[in-house]
Amino acid sequence: MNMPTSATQTDKMTISAAQALPETGVRLSMENEVTKIQVNDLKLYYGDDQALKGINMVIPERKVTAFIGPSGCGKSTLLRCFNRMNDLVDICRITGEILIGGKNIHDRDVDVAELRRNVGMVFQKPNPFPKTIYENVAYGLRLQGVRSKRTLDEVVEQSLRAAALWDEVKDRLHDNAFGMSGGQQQRLVIARAIAIQPEVLLLDEPASALDPISTLKIEELINDLKEKYTIVIVTHNMQQAARVSDYTAFMYMGDLIEFGDTNTLFTNPGKKQTEDYITGRYG
Amino acid sequence: MLGSESRNRRRRNIQKVAFGVLGATATLNLLALVGFLLFIAVNGVAAISWEFLSEMPRNAMTEGGILPAILGTLYLSLGAILVAFPIGVGTAIYLNEFARDGFWVRMIRQGVVNLAGVPSVVYGLFGLAFFVIILKMGVSILAGALTLAAFILPLVIGSAEEALRAVPKNMRLASLALGATRWQTIYRVVLPPALPSMLTGLILGISRAAGETAPIMFTAAVFSTAKLPSSVFDEVMAMPYHIYVLATAGTNIEETRHLQYGTALLLLMIVVTLNLFAILLRNKLQKRYKSSV
Repeated sequence: MNMPTSATQTDKMTISAAQALPETGVRLSMENEVTKIQVNDLKLYYGDDQALKGINMVIPERKVTAFIGPSGCGKSTLLRCFNRMNDLVDICRITGEILIGGKNIHDRDVDVAELRRNVGMVFQKPNPFPKTIYENVAYGLRLQGVRSKRTLDEVVEQSLRAAALWDEVKDRLHDNAFGMSGGQQQRLVIARAIAIQPEVLLLDEPASALDPISTLKIEELINDLKEKYTIVIVTHNMQQAARVSDYTAFMYMGDLIEFGDTNTLFTNPGKKQTEDYITGRYG
Repeated sequence: MLGSESRNRRRRNIQKVAFGVLGATATLNLLALVGFLLFIAVNGVAAISWEFLSEMPRNAMTEGGILPAILGTLYLSLGAILVAFPIGVGTAIYLNEFARDGFWVRMIRQGVVNLAGVPSVVYGLFGLAFFVIILKMGVSILAGALTLAAFILPLVIGSAEEALRAVPKNMRLASLALGATRWQTIYRVVLPPALPSMLTGLILGISRAAGETAPIMFTAAVFSTAKLPSSVFDEVMAMPYHIYVLATAGTNIEETRHLQYGTALLLLMIVVTLNLFAILLRNKLQKRYKSSV
């Protein structure tokens, strides 16, 4: 199988489809994008197992980038590198570099807590704290020492509005968050994450534990959020990736196989492997 | 399909027998407990009176009350938990939240498990040698409370660790992903839901400390004190020890029998009440933190 190395994929910031086949939608080009995250030859090992085999990738600012690929291909692992959550796993080692906003996140002078404030994450299973709805959203602010009730009230309302949850909960802000449905909890978690104004939002299969209607609401939400935040979403659901993302990265067994603007990748993939996965021939 | 009807009937009968046997053992257990409590109650209730609870003993312990023993038990068990709770909870937090799995952590855990199995009289001897003699505390509330603290420490650590483990891991992940440090995560997200269970452990610890005889025999308790304790260096009377002494070494074993039963009943009532309270508290507070997803 003819598989060019990842290095040739993203040497330049321009990734545009060479083929001139009819296009169904807007074709985006990395030429017009500002780099938010840059991954240079990233290799990751869990003990002796190599989970990421030299990833080179550029993620554009204020766009939605989706990671797709079969189970175990490393997409969640890669996502967790961006906010250094893999640091919590003792046997995890990495080589290579990750630059966010131009800064290497593994530099000695980088405060991991600060990084995580700037790069927020939403997990697959909604995990609100056993606190009130208000306190959940205010958590990140309280961590930083914000005490003024007026500030907290404002930010809580803004974040809940931005997460399309305000109308549903404005009369019960001081109820326990566990009383909400799964879809609401996930939107609460998103509100909690954006309350601290991160620049990047990492979504790890945010809708996979939810019903279809909640999933739709979350997808609409993502579309609204990308105006302010750079979003990277890992998803098993290819239709979701096609609906929601501007750019898509297809990964397989620890390698980045193809990266391109979503419309092109799904209608006219450059690699046979990508095409096989998208059309369901495997994975 | 042949014979399946009789097979089903046989299975149901076997189940009936099994459940019957299990139910019988549970009932037997309950009967034994109730029988025991009734026995003590019947023999001891006569001795319980306001005088019994509030006065000093008179006339070579054959009359009067056991106030000094009640107070002694109170001071000893409260002193014990005051020391054991912070140390125990701190150890549990360290083992569960900070420590990387390695040789030393496993050694500490093994140590805690072993400490739980050490006989109470050995704790008493340790307390005598270390607190009373070497550290020169003498036979005192201080020495007794510290010995009791050591005795209940494994219990406190165990219940605190269980409380911490019950907090789901993804809570910690969520907190860290929002930029919290590990310590912030512990006191804002992990400890609050764990506190009710830890409180239960605290109450059970008090209950355990109140009822032990051997750890305090050589370290704090004496047969009789002239007055009520006024400093931590005073020796005290204590209820479990009082029962022991009256029943075996006192001058009027038969005449004080009713007081022995009375003391035993009072002690039992205190312990049972504390335990019930702990269980009810745990049940009530657990509901608040149950996840619905």
